[in-house]
Amino acid sequence: MSGVVHPPGEGGKRRAPSKRRWGSRLVLLAPALWLALFVLVPLLIVVRMSVSESVRARPPYRPQLPASLDPELWREALGELTLDNYRDLAASSLYGEALLTSLGLAFVATAIILVSGYGIALAVARAPQNWRMILLAAVVLPFWTSFLVRVYAWIGILKSDGWLNQAFLALGLISAPLAILNTNAAVVIGLVYAYLPFMILPLHASLEKQDPALLEAAADLGASPLRRFWTVTVPLSLPGIVAGSLLCFIPMVGEFVVPELLGGTETLMLGRVLWSEFFSNANWPLASAIAVVLLAILILPIVALRESERRRQEAAS
Amino acid sequence: MSAARLSPLNVTALALGLAFLYGPILLVVVFSFNASRLATVWAGFSTGAYRGLLDNAALMSALWTSLRIALVSACVATVLGTLAALALVRGGRFLGRGMFTGLLYVPLVLPEVVTGLSLLLLFVALDLGRGTVTVAIAHVTLAMSFVTLVVQARLIGFDRSLEEAARDLGASPLQAFFGVTLPIIAPAVGAGFLLAFTLSLDDLVLASFASGPGSTTLPMYVFGQARRGVTPEINAVSSLLIAAVALTLVTVTLLMKRRAGASLAR
Repeated sequence: MSGVVHPPGEGGKRRAPSKRRWGSRLVLLAPALWLALFVLVPLLIVVRMSVSESVRARPPYRPQLPASLDPELWREALGELTLDNYRDLAASSLYGEALLTSLGLAFVATAIILVSGYGIALAVARAPQNWRMILLAAVVLPFWTSFLVRVYAWIGILKSDGWLNQAFLALGLISAPLAILNTNAAVVIGLVYAYLPFMILPLHASLEKQDPALLEAAADLGASPLRRFWTVTVPLSLPGIVAGSLLCFIPMVGEFVVPELLGGTETLMLGRVLWSEFFSNANWPLASAIAVVLLAILILPIVALRESERRRQEAAS
Repeated sequence: MSAARLSPLNVTALALGLAFLYGPILLVVVFSFNASRLATVWAGFSTGAYRGLLDNAALMSALWTSLRIALVSACVATVLGTLAALALVRGGRFLGRGMFTGLLYVPLVLPEVVTGLSLLLLFVALDLGRGTVTVAIAHVTLAMSFVTLVVQARLIGFDRSLEEAARDLGASPLQAFFGVTLPIIAPAVGAGFLLAFTLSLDDLVLASFASGPGSTTLPMYVFGQARRGVTPEINAVSSLLIAAVALTLVTVTLLMKRRAGASLAR
């Protein structure tokens, strides 16, 4: 790769290319500086904090990096960095459990969202043309209303004297109220509700593009509706399935609001553990180590998501 | 997909899906008019919860804080996000482009607790007092990536020869930008602004990490109350939030439609 080569398709006459380049450098400068200061540097600080030691002091960690450039002081400070936090994470069953719960609940919720979202996206894609945009907007509109409000709504529905139990009791389906709120089931319900639109949009995008002639051809060749669905519709929508599942799974693993409001004390998820290590225990280094672990777990899905989006963009252009 | 091939199964999926998506929101709105303090048992119609909101000083101050932060952070995020989109679409290749797009992508996908923690540690390292300014910085960082995505999509579909024509007619690069490019990408910039505003107004996690005493935002207030249980007041606040977002969306849709119509008529 050479930086000197002009990008293809930008031929034609150019006025003062060097001036133009300076202009685009200036455009780049402000956002680049912002990203460096408020995204890159903070992440590096988290990594460095995760190898520090927690102490009861202000600030609650050591070593402090020296203010001077004296190599001796630096050598001493760097020598005090430690992997103890990661050892603590590995040694305590609490954190391992939180890791498994986070991945497990995110996985179950993603699977439920995929199945239900597929049904909805398919219906939207098969609706008459003039209805499609309205239906899609109707499905996505709740995504724009407050995330917090949408999660909060489920407290009123799921609690023991909540609307769901009232309805079930009135219908005679149950004789005593079900305890759903403050369980893992409530967390999964909340996750499904909050993240459903994330799945429907990419699914709809890949379903809408499908040529109906393919299904007709399969039907003419004698394939049953079920077989047509599994051998034509699903394989063609695979990019949408992958993108939608990753878009849901990644943020759910680190979710804080849903388990905090709907989960019970036993619903340990990494986002919640990080929060309580930081705010309740004031253990900044351990909270940072949890953040690094979260990053390490999610880096593969994140790269996969980026790859799938890049491929979609290329297909579109 | 061709029209009118909705099977009964499709219709059922759609009906159930919409009921699932709208049911909880409707319940919150309906029960905000409940006369009973027991928020989930209907005891008659009342607007008492709404009247009580105005007298709730903590709530009003949180609302004011949130609106101020949302306005400022949305403005900054819109400018930075638009600049980033311009650099990506127009800048061609530049050193560190991969790094730049990577960093833009990070706030979109990182769990909020990680972003929040990392920013807080930065503010501590810089010895920056926590308050509305630090919350606004956090929200700009989150929202500018979203703005970039929206504006980038519009810029890619933009006919560049229009800008070239303006330059050929003697316009300076700035004149060409403000006279030709900006009006064309304006709907996307506007949409990016509203998205940034909504993100800021809705954010709980980043604000909790970045705020200090006296800078409680509306979501932080609602969260603190919601932890203690459901009340008609929180239902009322939630309903107002829902109404505000719905109104904004309808306005934007109408505005964009009118714009599209006007540019077609020309």
